[in-house]
Amino acid sequence: MAKNDLQGALDLLILKTLSQLDSMHGYGILMHIRRVSDELLIVEEGSLYPALHRMEQNGWVRATWAVTDYGRNAKWYSLTRAGKEQLASREKNWAQVVKGVAAILRFA
Amino acid sequence: MALWRRILSLGRRARMEREIEAELREHRAMCVDDNMARGMSREEAERHARVRFGSPAAMRERVAAEDAALGIESWWLDVRGALRIFRKSPGFALVVVATLALGIGANTAIFELLDAVQLRALPIARPDELAEIRVAGGIRGFGISDSRFSDFTVPMWLELKEHHDPFTGIFAWRGSVDEVGRAGQSRRVNGLEVSGGFFNVLGVAPFQGRLIEPQDETGCSISRVVVSYPFWKSEMSGEPITANTTLVVDGNAVQVLGVTPPSFFGMVVGNRFDVAYPTCTPPQPRAESFVYTVMGRLKPGWSLQKATEYLNALSPALFEKTAPTGYSSSALKTYKGYRLAAYPAGAGVSYLRDQYDSSLEILLAITGLVLLIACANLASLMLARASVRRREVAIRLSLGASRGRLLRQILLESAALALCGGALGAALAQPLSRALVHSLDTSQSTIHLTIVADWRVLLFAAAAGIATCLIFGMLPALRSTQAEPLISLKTGERGVAGNRERFLAHRAMVMTQIAVSMVLLVGALLFVQGYRNLLAVNPGMREKGITVGFLNFSDMKIDQQHWAALKRHVVDDVRALPGIENAAATTDVPLSGATWGHQVQVGGHDGGSRFTYVSPTFFATLGIPLVSGRNFTERDTNDTPLLVIVNQAFLRKYLPTGSALGQRVHVLPEPQYPERWYEIVGTVADTKYESLREQDPPQAYVPIDQFPETAQGPGMAVMFASGDPAAAEQSVRRMLGAKYPGTDTFFYNFEQSILDNLVGERMMAQLSAFFGVLAGLLVVVGLHGVLSYFLARRRSEIGIRLALGASRGRVVAAMLRNACAMLAGGLAAGTVVALFATRGAGTLLFGLKPWDPAIFAMAAALLAVVTIVASLIPSVRAAHVNPIESLRAE
Repeated sequence: MAKNDLQGALDLLILKTLSQLDSMHGYGILMHIRRVSDELLIVEEGSLYPALHRMEQNGWVRATWAVTDYGRNAKWYSLTRAGKEQLASREKNWAQVVKGVAAILRFA
Repeated sequence: MALWRRILSLGRRARMEREIEAELREHRAMCVDDNMARGMSREEAERHARVRFGSPAAMRERVAAEDAALGIESWWLDVRGALRIFRKSPGFALVVVATLALGIGANTAIFELLDAVQLRALPIARPDELAEIRVAGGIRGFGISDSRFSDFTVPMWLELKEHHDPFTGIFAWRGSVDEVGRAGQSRRVNGLEVSGGFFNVLGVAPFQGRLIEPQDETGCSISRVVVSYPFWKSEMSGEPITANTTLVVDGNAVQVLGVTPPSFFGMVVGNRFDVAYPTCTPPQPRAESFVYTVMGRLKPGWSLQKATEYLNALSPALFEKTAPTGYSSSALKTYKGYRLAAYPAGAGVSYLRDQYDSSLEILLAITGLVLLIACANLASLMLARASVRRREVAIRLSLGASRGRLLRQILLESAALALCGGALGAALAQPLSRALVHSLDTSQSTIHLTIVADWRVLLFAAAAGIATCLIFGMLPALRSTQAEPLISLKTGERGVAGNRERFLAHRAMVMTQIAVSMVLLVGALLFVQGYRNLLAVNPGMREKGITVGFLNFSDMKIDQQHWAALKRHVVDDVRALPGIENAAATTDVPLSGATWGHQVQVGGHDGGSRFTYVSPTFFATLGIPLVSGRNFTERDTNDTPLLVIVNQAFLRKYLPTGSALGQRVHVLPEPQYPERWYEIVGTVADTKYESLREQDPPQAYVPIDQFPETAQGPGMAVMFASGDPAAAEQSVRRMLGAKYPGTDTFFYNFEQSILDNLVGERMMAQLSAFFGVLAGLLVVVGLHGVLSYFLARRRSEIGIRLALGASRGRVVAAMLRNACAMLAGGLAAGTVVALFATRGAGTLLFGLKPWDPAIFAMAAALLAVVTIVASLIPSVRAAHVNPIESLRAE
């Protein structure tokens, strides 16, 4: 069975963003998700930072402090090897969830 | 890995928090930058960012809480927080820990005893392989048996020794009492007669020297012994065993072969052997005398059931071959119908087990209930504490603490208390159970039990601790975290209307306490009353000032035909001593637990009767009144007609109508006791015989000079009455030493020995009374606490009522009504539970039924008084609430 709670979806969004952007800080991740999803998905700070912290503790992402283009000091996150593996398995998982939900919706 | 990282990060807590804070600060700054880029003013941009972001502190907590989800970090914090209770409220912590320590300690102590007596295996190799061979269903009163564990006669043992296929080896043993030391300074010790295979089969290795082996079974006088470790240490000062080490046992110097290891106490749990020596096979072993206990080690692949099948098949031939002679054929049919069977024996045998098993289980239940009451009390205390802390909890909840975390914190607090209480209790258990064992010692016998905290005991203590923690910690924890922050913050610690549900929990707690106390009080009153009934039993004879002496003349080398005359002289000499009121010889000492009976035919009835051979002074010495006919005289001997005096129970059973005098009593033959016809010449009043607990049995007395010569032995019992038993015993000892040198003697006080037989009942009465009183006290404390709490919660409500014109009497009445409602509920529940609970105690109670209505009424009345007294003080205090003050506080 697919693991399909909301937290799983959030983790997937963050991991995917990091794999696309290579390295990004929290604020950038929020903006990216918002822009790419055409403001359909808005992740709150209250969910993002706990998730990032957890991922760091789990060793899925590594973080370094660096200065942004606008001169702000920020914590930049990038995927580790374990993070990439997580992403792969979660993408597969998500595809299954989507398929499952679609099947339910199609059922008449 | 992740776990490891978390443990490592424990030490970097502060740095991590700073980092999270910095990250969030920068995030907000970026947010403000963006807002301003979109054209907002700085103030507006900042406000907007703050609204989106929420409380920075709460956010930081939420990020850090990710660690809490997997635990470690916050555990450490919470444990430290829980330990703070000891510093912040030491009084409260002390009360809780002391209560728990006593409760858990008492429970563990009783369990430790139960473990030592019942559960623990003998300290031997592979105890589970050990099996005891017994006659299935017991020997049913046939012949003479040595102890309740002796199922084997010598011929039976010799026969079985040749056929023991299911066992790698079998052995026989019996306990005895022996004299150790030179004549004049000798003392009685516990002997253990063992067959040659005993130590080998048990797998007990010598501590020093060697142990008894098959080749040691030689002559019938003891020539070599093995001593126990405690005996070796105390009596032989632990000196090394050499080929020349000797000891005087039963008057002879014997060689000491070796010492058993310290852990080996023998086969009887609760006793400790001192010297062990080999069995012997007398030239003419008595086939009706059951003396040995036989055990064996099962071969691999043989189960108890298979061994029993084997023994069952063996039995008919064995009992046919070993049947004793001299019995009527009907009696022999019992013997030949015996079947041997194998039973587990890994825990040894024990009189204690048989005697105190159910007592210990009941005690365990009692102490468990006391612990339950204590827990209910503690729960009330914690609840009250929790409600004081409602505000704190509410603030923390609204600041973003998770309910789970708060729950854990409160539970950890209980756990810290329970842990301390449990550890103290486990430490307390040993001295408590030792004290309990000593309370069962009597003037004549000491119980030796190895009381150690083995894994079972520790497990039990831990389980008790965890259970108490859950019971008294869970409810308050759940309660306080369910509070709605908003309401709690608004009403604070006082609220006009108390939360109805919360009061219900308190009420239920008090009712449980009252119900459980009811059960305990009923139990206590039952045991105390049972003990008092036993003390009040009239044995039908004089107890005060009576001394019992057992004399043995076997060392005097006198022929059998002169024993009777010698005994007559001894009684006459004792009677002649100054200070001695009277003295009599008897073959059986009443109330000593021993019995002696014969099969009789009287007036067409068949049955049994107790038989005692007594000197003519017996009835006068013990003050047993002659009801009709005449007493024996010195002239009634084996050369004159055979006479018998019977008691009233004998008449009721065999001669319910008509005059008994002149009737004939036919005694059926037994080995050494020929068939005889006696004439009844008198009747006496009924007396207790074996113990105070039983009905007066039919008894017959025969002149001691008419004792069958064939059964005459070198031992006798003499009972003498005096005003000063200690002085009388001394003068009798001196007289015997002077006139009959070489006599073995053993004296005891008759009155004291009767009391000694009641130690079990005494212990139950004392302990159950103690715990009953304790339960009552706990109820007082609990009730007072809960009512005071009600009062505190309803202070303003009462203030309003008083301001609106309610009389103080009505306020008191309302509070008392409250208490009475709880009392009624508790009593009703308690009565029902007690009715069920006491059913099992029936056999332990003497002279009353477990559902004795007077006892129940008394317990209920006691509890009612206790409840009213406990609730009066808070009620009166409630009536003196100052309406102005309490309303102003709103």
